[in-house]
Amino acid sequence: MWSIGGILLALIVIGSWSTLSSGKYSARHWLDFTIFGLAQGSIYALIALGYTMVYGVLRMINFAHSEVFMSGPYTAYFVAAFFHTSGLLDSHPLLSMLVVLLVSMTTSTFVAYLLERIAYRPLRTAPRLVPLITAIGASFFLQYTFRGLYGSGFQAYPVIKPLERHWEILGLRILGFQVVIIVAAAVMMMALYLFVQKTKTGKALRAVSEDKETAALMGIDVDRMISITFIIGGMAAGAAGVLYALMFKQVHFFMGFIPGIKAFTAAVLGGIGNIPGAMLGGIFLGFIESLGPSLFLDGLGIVAPYQLKDAIAFTMLVLVLIFRPTGILGERLAVKKA
Amino acid sequence: MGDEELARRKVRRGKRVIKSGLVAGGVAVLVSLIGMVEAFGQRYIVADIISIGHALLLGIGVLAGYLVARESRSGLAFLGAVGAGGIAGAVLCLLVVVGNLIPLRRVFINASPVLFELLTLGQGNWGIGILVLLGCGSAAWGGAMAVFPQKYRKAAINAVGWVVTLGVLQDLVRPLLAAWGPVADFSELVFEANGLTVEGALGTMVAVALGTLFWRGKGERFREAMQGLNPATRKALRVGWVALVLAILLVLPQILGLFLSEVLTVVGLYVLLGLGLNIVVGFAGLLDLGYVAFFAIGSYTVAVLTSPELGFFNLTFWEALPVAIALGVVSGVLLGIPVLKMRGDYLAIATLGFGEIIRILVLSDFLRPWLGGAQGIGKIPKASIGGFEFATPQELYYLILAGCALVGVISWRLRDSRIGRAWMAIREDEDVAQAMGINLVAMKLLAFATGAAFSALSGAIFATKLGSVYPHSFNVMISINILCLIIVGGMGSIPGVIVGAAALVGLPELLREFAEYRLLVYGAALVAMMLLKPEGLWPEAVRKRELHFDSATHEMRFSEERGHEAP
Repeated sequence: MWSIGGILLALIVIGSWSTLSSGKYSARHWLDFTIFGLAQGSIYALIALGYTMVYGVLRMINFAHSEVFMSGPYTAYFVAAFFHTSGLLDSHPLLSMLVVLLVSMTTSTFVAYLLERIAYRPLRTAPRLVPLITAIGASFFLQYTFRGLYGSGFQAYPVIKPLERHWEILGLRILGFQVVIIVAAAVMMMALYLFVQKTKTGKALRAVSEDKETAALMGIDVDRMISITFIIGGMAAGAAGVLYALMFKQVHFFMGFIPGIKAFTAAVLGGIGNIPGAMLGGIFLGFIESLGPSLFLDGLGIVAPYQLKDAIAFTMLVLVLIFRPTGILGERLAVKKA
Repeated sequence: MGDEELARRKVRRGKRVIKSGLVAGGVAVLVSLIGMVEAFGQRYIVADIISIGHALLLGIGVLAGYLVARESRSGLAFLGAVGAGGIAGAVLCLLVVVGNLIPLRRVFINASPVLFELLTLGQGNWGIGILVLLGCGSAAWGGAMAVFPQKYRKAAINAVGWVVTLGVLQDLVRPLLAAWGPVADFSELVFEANGLTVEGALGTMVAVALGTLFWRGKGERFREAMQGLNPATRKALRVGWVALVLAILLVLPQILGLFLSEVLTVVGLYVLLGLGLNIVVGFAGLLDLGYVAFFAIGSYTVAVLTSPELGFFNLTFWEALPVAIALGVVSGVLLGIPVLKMRGDYLAIATLGFGEIIRILVLSDFLRPWLGGAQGIGKIPKASIGGFEFATPQELYYLILAGCALVGVISWRLRDSRIGRAWMAIREDEDVAQAMGINLVAMKLLAFATGAAFSALSGAIFATKLGSVYPHSFNVMISINILCLIIVGGMGSIPGVIVGAAALVGLPELLREFAEYRLLVYGAALVAMMLLKPEGLWPEAVRKRELHFDSATHEMRFSEERGHEAP
């Protein structure tokens, strides 16, 4: 098993070395890749929060979280399109973006809350495979419900012009929307971290994820805390959805699937159940994905390495699950569960 | 105090009625807006009167009424049911009114004038009143079901169920009836061009209701009489049954014609896949979401080895088949080794990752010279024995039937063997199984390998059936379809796989409108099965006994489960 890991590591080193020595990409390229990776990674991190928090309290993978992520921006698209046609998006970009963000977060939160109430709550004490299968079912149900509601085509998100230009920040030229994504994600993650660490509700949440029975004995309403967990996850996913739409400029009913799995990878990477871990894991995955293809696949002489971008993420997932299922920051969980 | 308590209870019940009505109305609006009502609006159960779309909405009303009235089963509860139905109807009315006032269609693509016309039964403004009445009516029927004594309830449910089944399956039932002289005239009487006739529907209802009432109690006596027979006769009877089923299966494509045979071949392929996954998930309890990878490996092996388009080997199908299966086994073991230590959800995600990796690799330009990239591989020759070529669906059917029979017998023999029992022990509790001396590594790898072999066989047949393979045929949806069919049929149950495949693959093929909503319904079915009937439609006897036994001691069992929840 370890020999496979060794071979992979060697391949990565050889690939990177040959790319770097060939000098195909300039420093400018690498900087762009890094910023792109950071932006992409922040989105993954926001989604990963939902996976990790739900896993923390329920010990289940909320497979349908990718659809929670999709529902928000897809619904908010119609608001954005309306603002675009009415000219509001150009005259008051900040205000209209905030409304779009709010609509997206509300929708995702609502979907997440309903999901928990209808599909997961009755199964809380069921054997482990049962909620997982339910989650898979709910995921496809939601996907195709939204497809039925809004149609099966790609919808192009309206473009906000000031965000498409390069901004000069600290002497670096960065695309506007990437700045917005990174800043917005950082602010939200900070807020969430403070909420969980400093408020009374946050404390109760941590208590529930530590031990449900004891938390209940201490007078904590476990059902309510689980609902709140889903609500927070939904809010983060809804926000991530709008940022994702800013980046890729389109929404689709199937858009949640790949980011969902990647965010899950990020959550596992950081140690599932661990909130800072999810943030770190997301950003790490973003870097790997944006740097990886050109860094080591290209060097190995693979044609069109970008097509294998997703394969890198999945390989990463499998490797982490095999070699370090507790993730980077998963020490606490390792002692308790493994 | 007593009065107060009574009053409070009344208020609570009133609130429940309103809530149920609103929920039912919401569901009806959702079903309408996702387009199901419209899509099924032209598919009639009773010709030109009730379409499947209408039946869907009525069904929601009936269910709501039943659930409300079940609470107390009194006259008042019945009234509550009617009220809930009325509210549901009113909510749907609201949709029509709102839809006529503002252009909902800009957001909800299915909120078309056609939908509103269907909802109001083409009666314009009067239709709104009719909607409320229909809501009340359907809920009243549901409420009556709950209040009726069991005997009549069963008769009524069967009567409606038969009519709906005949209506939905008309494309299957009609050719079957027409094929046999004496009943052909009968078929003319019951069916019109696009559904049952009114007389046919009413006649069926009465006949089925009477039949149910008559059969009541007799079924039990019949079973007892069967039990009373001596073992030799019973065995002979069973052999007779099997022979009869086999004979029917052999002549089936000749009766059904081209289109339905094609449906059968698709169902057959899914049965093959389902039987394979059933070993991995149903027997050994290893949730594998990347199962489609083996299907792809089987298909691509045959394609690469036989297709003259690539021209590497140009083998025949029969020479390529063993290689495909062997590669399936090898890849099953290769996938199995790294995930040996994982359980439950981690295993699911890791296998999902594998499945996607295979698909992305096949799709990539990197492997294009060998696997054809996005264009796939074409010109895969048909299989043939002697001079007989498996080309048309009717001919392919026999190839698939042979495959299914082989795989079915293997799984059936495996299930009762030492290996099968070891798998089931692992499914129930890995640690205990290991303590009992079961070699976890060997058994798990064997499960992966067997499942992969079946899947590769199915893939090989799939390749020769289509004559070409594309990476897009092997997406994660296939894995989900297969998972869904074995769960609906009953995990671990071999007949369950066949029932599941017929219901989840066959039915959508018959109802082409259904194709768009297939995964929606699958998803809902998975959730509903897990919430209501986790043992499946045709459960394995042992499992059924377990689950029914458990229902008495629910608390105890679940609290035990909570103890060991390692990932």
